[in-house]
Amino acid sequence: MNIHIKNGLLIDPVNLSQTKTDVYTDGKLIVGVGKPPANFKANQTIDAHNHWVIPGLVDCQVRLREPGQVHKGTIESETQAAAANGITSLCIPPDTQPVIDNTAVVELIHHGNSKAGNHCHIYTIGALSQNLAGEQLTNMAGLKSSGCIALSNAKQPFNSNLVQRRAMEYAEGHKMLVIIQPRDHDLYANGCAHEGAISTRLGLPSIPEVAETAALAKDIELVAQTGARTHFGQLSCARSVDMIRQAKANGLPVTADCAMHQLFLTDHDLGEFDTSKLTIPPLRSQLDRQALRDGVVDGTIDCLCSDHQPHEIDAKLCPFPSAEPGISSLDTLLPLALRLAEEGLMTLPEVISRLTINPAKLLGIPAGNLSIGEWADICIIDPDAHYLCLGQDFISKGKNTPFEGWDFNGRVKTTIVAGRIVYNSSS
Amino acid sequence: MSKNNLQLDENGKLKHFLGIEGLNLPVLTEILDTAESFTSVTERTVKKVPILRGKTVANLFFEPSTRTRSTFELAAQRLSADVLTLNLNTSATSKGESLLDTIRNIEAMQIDMFVIRHQDSGSAHFFAQHVKPGVSVLNAGDGQHEHPTQAMLDMFTIRHFKKDFSQLRVAIIGDIAHSRVARSQIHALNILGAAEVRVIAPKTLLPVGIESLGVHLYNNLEQGLKDVDVVIMLRLQKERMRGALLPSEKEYFNLFGLTQERLNCANPDAIVMHPGPANRGVEIESSVMDGPQSVILQQVTFGIAVRMAVMSMTVGR
Repeated sequence: MNIHIKNGLLIDPVNLSQTKTDVYTDGKLIVGVGKPPANFKANQTIDAHNHWVIPGLVDCQVRLREPGQVHKGTIESETQAAAANGITSLCIPPDTQPVIDNTAVVELIHHGNSKAGNHCHIYTIGALSQNLAGEQLTNMAGLKSSGCIALSNAKQPFNSNLVQRRAMEYAEGHKMLVIIQPRDHDLYANGCAHEGAISTRLGLPSIPEVAETAALAKDIELVAQTGARTHFGQLSCARSVDMIRQAKANGLPVTADCAMHQLFLTDHDLGEFDTSKLTIPPLRSQLDRQALRDGVVDGTIDCLCSDHQPHEIDAKLCPFPSAEPGISSLDTLLPLALRLAEEGLMTLPEVISRLTINPAKLLGIPAGNLSIGEWADICIIDPDAHYLCLGQDFISKGKNTPFEGWDFNGRVKTTIVAGRIVYNSSS
Repeated sequence: MSKNNLQLDENGKLKHFLGIEGLNLPVLTEILDTAESFTSVTERTVKKVPILRGKTVANLFFEPSTRTRSTFELAAQRLSADVLTLNLNTSATSKGESLLDTIRNIEAMQIDMFVIRHQDSGSAHFFAQHVKPGVSVLNAGDGQHEHPTQAMLDMFTIRHFKKDFSQLRVAIIGDIAHSRVARSQIHALNILGAAEVRVIAPKTLLPVGIESLGVHLYNNLEQGLKDVDVVIMLRLQKERMRGALLPSEKEYFNLFGLTQERLNCANPDAIVMHPGPANRGVEIESSVMDGPQSVILQQVTFGIAVRMAVMSMTVGR
């Protein structure tokens, strides 16, 4: 089907520009920008007057909960939520049940996506070790050929630094991107809140910043040793940003992201044991939040992600230390991003680049770009839509949000994946 | 902090008693004054008043406790309430029932007040947020957060012996990091206007940022005890050695154990307190514990009156 999107303000995260222009797609690709290709006949015309046209968002850390925990979320429910929020590509870490450590699980997930209607592109991140146990390596070549775009041990530790070194070396041999969430499991202990005055006042088991930075320092040294191209996910500390900045200056092949909520919330927001704000890594101090923001602006932190973790209501209906960490964040990723531009942290094209072309580039996936010949993954936003964030209105199965009651500006009107309309707000 | 809203009703009266933080001087003073009026009851031959007649109090203890549980039971009985005590660390929760279901089930027995002790910080707040309107929640210790009735009986003891808080230097000694009692005491002493609150402990037992609660830090016991009027010892739990927080009980006693010689660094009329149960020879020498400056047994007696006060102020509103 040919689509003509007319009169929209095209936000271009590649050239960091915004232009009022038209976009033309065929059943798969972008075939024209500004003027249609010869003999183009639109089957459908979308009037995007007063609307923004951006590449579909690329979210590098999303838990769909399927396979394994379908009471929290399913491929169908979560990809529909992604589509409704302008996310057209998402990466899922290997800690599904069963673990993504063999090609059958990869196929199961892709089959699930097509059965659910292909609301977005799903990219799988394979396990670095079998069953994420940190002992034996996975068949990385097999995972790569089945479509895994990267390898990770998710939240699980390696049995030893030796195994981690071998895993990174072997991945490098196959030119696979390694993704690490830096975490020293001993220093994390059973903590559930950032170590500081707030955790002391609330009497909560605490997580010091060294639980992240000690692991990150070691991981960066292993990058230097092995040469494995490595992406560090969901950083939370000011010192981590400094360490990545230094590693990049030293020419190491590293990139980094942080979760969107870390740019807005701090440990002060825990209030009276608000379990909706229990996350791992924890919400940290205002200084950390500012350093993360600075890192996003200067490019030390390459991209932003949702770190989406939907939960059933009972998972958070208990005292704080017993609640499950994580927030449902597909529904808040874009409005929070737009807020960063509203606050003047970056221009709109710059903000959008952190959610489109930047993650697409480092993950090596064809997305995040509205040039001719690229995939027609497009999101059309009504910037004048004002609404109150309410978990009950989320498309995601998980209603667990720390942003309940926030005022948001800007809402997705239409989402197009590979030239096909997968979401329309009026539908 | 919006803690006031959860603990106080629209008239500023105690609805729940979850923590000292967020309460003000008039409320704490009212608790102490009410407790004062109950001390005479506990000394009578017939130790009962009918304030809570017809009311039912459920003591839910998810952690083992002897003295707190017993004094809550006695306090409720002396106010003529019916008392149900459940030791849940061995019961429902081990069968997989959620805390919310436990609340709902016990609430269905027409309970007017929950007294709860639970290993999770914030569990009393959780209860207070989920009980029916009109049901009160008393925190008998939540994780490492607060133990407000213990702190108030300590304040009662201090006021009994020292009258005025404004001139007092108070030292709290021991495992501050894991102590809910210490946190509640610090809040209470600051609200009641104590001249200075000190915490004395090895660095591994001092939590990060504790000074933001309004205390001065000492790593040396002799220095910390100088000019002090009230000495509060905390219990040292044996498992702290296993967590590599301390090398040995012996070294701890050598550095932080309260001996008569060290107590002499404090003011001559200083009183010695301990929330119990004490480890003789670990944090405190037997001769000090049984000595003339010790008011440890009075604390236990006052504990009943203070708990009666808080129960009557919340349920008896």
